[in-house]
Amino acid sequence: MKHRLQFAGKKLLRMVLLLLGVSLAAFLLMSLSPLDPLQTNVGQTALGSMSPEQIEKLQDYWGMNTPLAERYLGWLSDALHGDFGVSLLYRQPVLQIIGQRLANSLGLLFVAWVLSGVLGLALGVTAGCFRGRLPDRLIRGYCLLISSTPAFWLALLLLMVFSVWLGWLPVGLSVPIGVEVGSITLADRLYHAILPALTLSITGVANIALHTREKMIDVMESEYVLFARARGESRRSIVLRHGLRNVALPAITLQFASISEIIGGSVLVEEVFSYPGLGQVAVDAGLGSDLPLLLGITVVTAAIVFAGNLIADLLYGVVDPKIRRGAARS
Amino acid sequence: MKAWNSRKKVLLLFCTAAVLLCAVAVAGIFLEGRAMQTDFSQKNLAPSLQYPFGTDWMGRDMLARTLTGLSLSIRIGVLTAAVSAVIALAIGIAAALLGPKVDAALSWCMDLVMGIPHILLVMLISLAFGRGFTGVVAGVALSHWPSLSRVIRGEVLQLRQAAYVRAAEKLGVPRRRVVRRHILPHLLPQFLTGLILQFPHAILHEASVTFLGFGLSPEQPAIGVILSESMRYLTTGKWWLALFPGLALVLVVLLFAGMGERLRRLLDPASAHQ
Repeated sequence: MKHRLQFAGKKLLRMVLLLLGVSLAAFLLMSLSPLDPLQTNVGQTALGSMSPEQIEKLQDYWGMNTPLAERYLGWLSDALHGDFGVSLLYRQPVLQIIGQRLANSLGLLFVAWVLSGVLGLALGVTAGCFRGRLPDRLIRGYCLLISSTPAFWLALLLLMVFSVWLGWLPVGLSVPIGVEVGSITLADRLYHAILPALTLSITGVANIALHTREKMIDVMESEYVLFARARGESRRSIVLRHGLRNVALPAITLQFASISEIIGGSVLVEEVFSYPGLGQVAVDAGLGSDLPLLLGITVVTAAIVFAGNLIADLLYGVVDPKIRRGAARS
Repeated sequence: MKAWNSRKKVLLLFCTAAVLLCAVAVAGIFLEGRAMQTDFSQKNLAPSLQYPFGTDWMGRDMLARTLTGLSLSIRIGVLTAAVSAVIALAIGIAAALLGPKVDAALSWCMDLVMGIPHILLVMLISLAFGRGFTGVVAGVALSHWPSLSRVIRGEVLQLRQAAYVRAAEKLGVPRRRVVRRHILPHLLPQFLTGLILQFPHAILHEASVTFLGFGLSPEQPAIGVILSESMRYLTTGKWWLALFPGLALVLVVLLFAGMGERLRRLLDPASAHQ
């Protein structure tokens, strides 16, 4: 147990260091940008009619006159106290915006994450166990096609088919337009989340299925499966007793590694469906040079991704007796 | 076709794909003028024989625009994939050979890059380089190396244990020479496959980032720009604006992915005698 704790502590420390690195990298990248935030947000004509003092004031507001190191250290010490600053575009605390938007996105991300994981595992195991035959070829073809398709185009296609032609599903947003906040039901929200969640799940499946298939093929060619076959075990029992157990470990890795991809995909999908989630606000912050907001979003999403990796590392010990005993012995 | 063994067939398919892609890239350059040409008497036409892909709200020929966009995508894809593959090679070799401290530092960097969701990272880098063409190229090139450099690092670590490398080291051959003479040639297959398999990612990310507005400028007929413009006309039933350009992009990406797969099979020593 002590070793497990030590292991977890080490991983946690590494995660904190990585987060620091992420915040520094994101900060540097954004402040290196040659794009003038005044030009993009205020506009050339408005700037021309302003007095130098006003422009000076605006430059102070966008933080253009403070030295780099001072700005970063200031941000960092505030962030460590739980204050991620105030968004320059929305004039609200960054954490509040992220909280709101994440609450919108979280359901979407979670459904897509679980669906793509389960479907991907099932398809991968099926393909691996029927290697070279029809189911395998179909599944491989599907995966190749999907991984070559841009997520936003798939979103556009689904939008065209289900919302414009068939009219079954809404065109965008997360709630109906022109309805009071109080009278929005959960069903409304679910109804609006179907298409984005579907798009994200479809795209997420390919990677997981392909990798699981590789692993499953290795397992099916192993000697213990040959022996099990010689003993007369059925295919079903081989898959359940030997296949799934040995595929579980890489499947966990893939499942938690896919968090980053799902978040990335949600940026595109939310943009297409005008879904007011975290991804959409990230695009707005980037286009409007809103440094505190984009920095906050980057750090929060990176924290989610690293937390996923950490959970995967800890789950190995729970799932695999070899790792558990190995850790206890050393 | 009895005389053709499976290696030759694979080679033929590989070459066909390469020629097709080159043709599209060149055609796009010549059609650039037509892609910008507006003709308001011919606007919003559905696909017909004269305009196979239809026209948009400014009467521009969508076929010419799509081909120009694809050509841009292919050229950017080739450029960025090459740059990021070279970065991956350098970092992978450095991590494996320059001792545990450098290895730890570089692994940390890889984890860092992989920790930020990909699209977000490309957006950030593109911003740092001021968006536009340089922004996209830098963004895609500087964010795609970690996975390939992990593969190369693993490969080099294995090669270091090979008898001939250890013998060369014991004989006092300088490290540079060992890398050039004994390690690099063995990495070539992995590197080439990795390079070609980077194309699809690079092209898709270029299109995505441009679609979001962080990439090529709206005046350029890039696929991302075409698709983001088409969004405004979807609800009025102009399906051809989104369908064909996207479909063409998928085909190009599939061609690249197929080429990578074929090349992997050709370079795989296990299949040399098929």
